[in-house]
Amino acid sequence: MASKLLLSQLRNITRPTHHRLINPNFIFPLKNQTLIHSRPYSDAPQPPPVGSKPPPTNADSAPTHKKISSSLNQAELAKFSAIAETWWDAEGPFKPLHVMNPTRLAFIRSTLCRHFGKDPYSAKPFEGLKFVDVGCGGGILSEPLARMGATVTGIDAVEKNINIAQLHADLDPGTSSIEYLCTTAEKLVEEQRKFDAVLALEVIEHVAEPAEFCKSLSALTVSGGANVISTINRSMRAYATAIVVAEYLLHWLPKGTHEWSSFLTPEELVLILQRASISVQEMAGFVYNPLTGKWSLSDDISVNFIAYGTKNTE
Amino acid sequence: MNRAIVRRITPSIRTWRSTLKTFCSDTSEKLHGSHGDKAVTDSTDNVPQYDVAIVGGGMVGMALACSLASMPLTKHLNVAIIDSNPALLARDSIKKEDAPDPRVSTVTPATISFFKGMGAWQYVQLHRHAFFDRMQVWDYTGLAYTRYSARDVGKAVLGCVVENKVLQRSLLSCMEDSDVKKKIYPSRLNSMTLHKSSLISGTDSISSKPSGSLAKLNLSNGDCLYAKLVVGADGSKSHVRNLAGISTTGWKYPQNAIICTVEHTEDSRCAWQRFLRTGPIALLPMGDNYSNIVWTMDPQQAADRRSMNETDFLKAVNDALDDGHGPHPQSERMGGGGILAWLRSDETSSASEPFEVPPRITKLASDRMVFPLSLMHANNYVSKRVVLIGDAAHTVHPLAGQGVNLGFGDANSLSKVIAEGVAVGSDIGEMTLLKRYESERKAANIAMMAILDGFQKAYSIDFGPLNVLRAAAFHGVNYISPLKKNIISYASGEQRLPIFT
Repeated sequence: MASKLLLSQLRNITRPTHHRLINPNFIFPLKNQTLIHSRPYSDAPQPPPVGSKPPPTNADSAPTHKKISSSLNQAELAKFSAIAETWWDAEGPFKPLHVMNPTRLAFIRSTLCRHFGKDPYSAKPFEGLKFVDVGCGGGILSEPLARMGATVTGIDAVEKNINIAQLHADLDPGTSSIEYLCTTAEKLVEEQRKFDAVLALEVIEHVAEPAEFCKSLSALTVSGGANVISTINRSMRAYATAIVVAEYLLHWLPKGTHEWSSFLTPEELVLILQRASISVQEMAGFVYNPLTGKWSLSDDISVNFIAYGTKNTE
Repeated sequence: MNRAIVRRITPSIRTWRSTLKTFCSDTSEKLHGSHGDKAVTDSTDNVPQYDVAIVGGGMVGMALACSLASMPLTKHLNVAIIDSNPALLARDSIKKEDAPDPRVSTVTPATISFFKGMGAWQYVQLHRHAFFDRMQVWDYTGLAYTRYSARDVGKAVLGCVVENKVLQRSLLSCMEDSDVKKKIYPSRLNSMTLHKSSLISGTDSISSKPSGSLAKLNLSNGDCLYAKLVVGADGSKSHVRNLAGISTTGWKYPQNAIICTVEHTEDSRCAWQRFLRTGPIALLPMGDNYSNIVWTMDPQQAADRRSMNETDFLKAVNDALDDGHGPHPQSERMGGGGILAWLRSDETSSASEPFEVPPRITKLASDRMVFPLSLMHANNYVSKRVVLIGDAAHTVHPLAGQGVNLGFGDANSLSKVIAEGVAVGSDIGEMTLLKRYESERKAANIAMMAILDGFQKAYSIDFGPLNVLRAAAFHGVNYISPLKKNIISYASGEQRLPIFT
């Protein structure tokens, strides 16, 4: 499976007995990595290095109602609010998501059926399980999950998205039971909600503080539950395809949808999830075949990738 | 084409109506009274909702329903079958001593494996059916012939000839034995409305109802139902296709086909086809010394031959199959053409078989039916929440027995696409999902239709040099074994496209 070697390498450096205070970069000169712990092009605050004193952001995210939305990025919210009506237009600005949707659902179905021990040939394998779709947008992911039997809660910080999602979900009796809330992951954590699986697909590249976000996701998951996160790799190839080609040449996405500096590499994602007590089990990539116009799962995680992890049992 | 024949609802069906009373009975009075199909805006919404509504319960429609019933991912779908044919609800079985129906189909090995996969072939085997493993094709010029054999491709059979009603009944029995949720509506489709949901304006009362974006079907007996996906399997004059506004391309052939069942002296596991000046005549074995005749000719001759008395007709048939219209081809005994001798090493066994004269027809065993022939292809197979399969999407010339097999291929492909959609939780009426079915089947269907139309045109001209060219083609196919094997695989449905893959 994808990056098993990579994952095992990362597990080696994050194992508690190996407290290395030297920069891990000198041990593993990873190909497309500068420094694992720094995001040189980002204006977000740096995550603290391993083994130092407790990160300063912890104090900020002490639950106060004023500063709850610590991972929200207002500029990103405004971007999505502007094109909210076009969520369900399969030919509109969200077309790539619609086209990619069945492929990522195939990955989710396969990994989560295995995780929960469900029959993969059943029509509704997730019956009785509670899922939360963080950053659900118009509900593109929540609706198929609900059709697969899950009890889905969809949350998004943009109110327009929630309205659109609710309206569309009411059209099909199979999806009208989805609970849509205009809220954030942190607020849900405060309400002490727990879910069997927490999914945040194509969200983490739009949040201000990915590490905090992952901690919230982890807090929402029951012990032994599943997490699925997908995003775009911060690689040169991703810059070329996801930004230059998709936004400027093919006009698949509106210009400025993605900031290359906010992308995460698989190694970074694994590490911040590790620190949030989620161990990544599987990773896969999505590749697009321009001749057939189809997306498919592959081992190539250099552009789009999706990670499935489990919450460590306490 | 049983499914395309309109049957008036007989008094005996009215008793069924009372037992099949739906919740829509009060709105049905409203509909009758108002003579219209205005969308009923009352919010009680006791209208039954189905996942799939198959309009047309013929062979292809039933094959789709049976296939959905046989797969674990789609077993739970609610299926409604809308067909006014009372045979669907009748519980009497087909008896062995029934005279063979002239409406038969040749099913290819690909279709047989489709049926076996669904568990429906065991029901077909209980009734009359006949496998054949050889085929001989020649024409009136007597210049050449081609013999095909299943052994050429290492298979046991080239196809099986089964009555249409047997196929339909077997599929129905297979579905009834499974515990799938289905309902048969013995009525015709009157009209269909697709609610357009607009999320932006928010003023529609429709968009707030749970069934806001489903297709609503109004039937001629007043029933109405909602469906996520409407499948048009209602034959070449498809009402669903008209309602969905899908246009077609095609032309009428200047030919009609006479079909009938005949009896002959000895049985053979061979299918015969001879191309005459006016069109091909095919003799397909049905078992028990019966065979089915499909004879294509121009409309005037068809009318004459249908009305002539039995003896004259049998004489005409024997002439057509034997040496009337032209001499027998010479069996190639030595050489087979020195030019092609270098291919001998890879020769198929049927290349060395001599020309055989078909069995003599002794008796007419059924009525003669006449059907007009045409080529038709729907420009789109899918539209929002509507998909076409079978004759509703395409009709072909019967000269290669492929028509219903294309339809079964459509049913197979559509049920697989629906299963894939259910697996990832999509809305099964969504265009992106249905387009996958269309792209898969369109290429295959168009390829087959082009080839069959090409054959029909090539054989309808009587012109010396063209005759010689056709004879050369017959010879070529008979002796060039890779070509023969390719043709057999393609015609058996094992190969999707007619290129060397």
